Amino acid sequence: MKIEVQGISKKFGRFPALHEVNLTVPSGKLVALLGPSGSGKTTLLRIIAGLEFGDTGRILFDGRDVTELPAGKRQVGFVFQHYALFRHLTVFRNITFGLDVRPRRLRPSPVDAAKRVAELLKLVQLEGLESRFPPQLSGGQRQRIALARALAVEPKVLLLDEPFGALDAKVRKDLRRWLREFHERVHITTLFVTHDQEEALELADEVVVLHEGRIQQIGTPEQIYHQPANEFVHTFLGNVNELPGSGGTLRVRPHEILIGKNEEGGLVGTVVNVHAAGPVVRVLVRVPDRTDPVLVELSQREHSGLGLVENDRVTLSY
Amino acid sequence: MRRRILPGFGLTLGFTLLYLGLIVLLPLSATVWKTSSLGLEGFWEVATTPRALASYRVTFGLSLLAALVNGVFGVIVAWMLVRYEFPGKKLVDAMVDLPFALPTAVAGIALATLYAPQGWLGRWFEEFGIKVAFTPAGIFVALTFIGLPFVVRTVQPVLEQAERELEEAAASLGATWWQTVRRIILPVLLPSILTGVAMAFARAIGEYGSVIFIAGNMPMISEITPLLIVIKLEQYDYAGATALAVVMLVASFCLLLVINTLQWWTARRSSGGVA
Repeated sequence: MKIEVQGISKKFGRFPALHEVNLTVPSGKLVALLGPSGSGKTTLLRIIAGLEFGDTGRILFDGRDVTELPAGKRQVGFVFQHYALFRHLTVFRNITFGLDVRPRRLRPSPVDAAKRVAELLKLVQLEGLESRFPPQLSGGQRQRIALARALAVEPKVLLLDEPFGALDAKVRKDLRRWLREFHERVHITTLFVTHDQEEALELADEVVVLHEGRIQQIGTPEQIYHQPANEFVHTFLGNVNELPGSGGTLRVRPHEILIGKNEEGGLVGTVVNVHAAGPVVRVLVRVPDRTDPVLVELSQREHSGLGLVENDRVTLSY
Repeated sequence: MRRRILPGFGLTLGFTLLYLGLIVLLPLSATVWKTSSLGLEGFWEVATTPRALASYRVTFGLSLLAALVNGVFGVIVAWMLVRYEFPGKKLVDAMVDLPFALPTAVAGIALATLYAPQGWLGRWFEEFGIKVAFTPAGIFVALTFIGLPFVVRTVQPVLEQAERELEEAAASLGATWWQTVRRIILPVLLPSILTGVAMAFARAIGEYGSVIFIAGNMPMISEITPLLIVIKLEQYDYAGATALAVVMLVASFCLLLVINTLQWWTARRSSGGVA
């Protein structure tokens, strides 16, 4: 289902959370809402879900105006940052909750409900956990049960609020990959909120960058990374050095700088720090007339060729 | 024994036993001992006179009713205090504790004046032919008054910690307002509601000061057991008084035990089997 956001503004007291936001999420896409905290990304997600209402503007699902529709009638699956599982209910009852609260004639039979739960647990790779209670599950398992619960009512849209925010680094990476594969199989229009640019770039078909309640840029991960629309997007998506160039300041990413020893031309500087643990080597170079040192990233292979140590004189070209 | 950061298990255990012994157990056993002078048959006779039986019905029946009513309205008050912001909220919050702080006799006199047939409130009830003051209804009003803070103050912190996301999750899954309350909110609150009701109930059973001014104190109709005990004391019938006290003691203990078990059971259930 296609989601259209038209001119949505929202204020909390005096604080403007969203300002005239316009956005179209094409059907079947996996889209990231990326921004720092306080950028309005979660508010936007909650307004689309019907958990919050905009002061102005409209929300359309496949062209149908759902602005005034309550959350339960919008056919959206919402996965909360802290999962919001019902801890007094078993996994089974959590998943069937959205079915159990339906009017009797729309409720599936107990046999069908059990079949649905089994299918969903298979889909999220947690077969056999029907009778567990949420406190007995790990963070990653809870996350996937929350997803299964949201999918049980067959939503047309899936909305995820910081889906990996509360997980540790390893589980987060696994689940990220899993969610990508999951989306490839299910192809439900999915919108997720994140403050982690790496997560947005790796996972999404399209990234929407938000800052101070306004959309800064909409584009594919490549476009966002390589052709940032403004300074905010440029700096938010990764480290940036501001260096003198022809006609003013240039914003250059650390890996775009070539570092050399005993070479002609370029910017001359002194190495102040070498950090070689990890897949890339990070070198800080002090250059004249600049207070902040320049950050340069190079591969381990380049690094072993150069053999940089502190106080080496180097040249930078970009 | 395992070594502890803060030693003093022996000391605190000894102190606890001594303290409970002096403050709780000694007076209670004195009561039982005094009663024993009646003998079993005598005890039974005193404890089951029609007037005593009527007073048990009034005391336990109305205490339970008042506690249950507080179980409903106390939750609503707690809900309002936790969930909404409004001017004067701090004042309302402080007002909830007034029944704790007020001398019970003052409360009783105030209520009796209000609900008397010519009183500010009693006048309105009178028009519908309802008498509140000097009837069992008056006792119920007094017991509700003194019990309210117990429910509010036990439910309030639990409600403050309850995740709003749970309600939103239920709503987004299509649950109606009432389904959300019944299936999601109440199971979370139930243990604290039961605790509050149990405390309000226990307090109401022993309440004396506020009740006697508004009850009318008619034997067989609006006479509470604590008053009957005082009457017996005034007649120097110490054994008779303690016999009634023993009945109250045993009944209260059994009821509290039942409620505590119920509370333990719901707490286990609502925390998903792992307490």
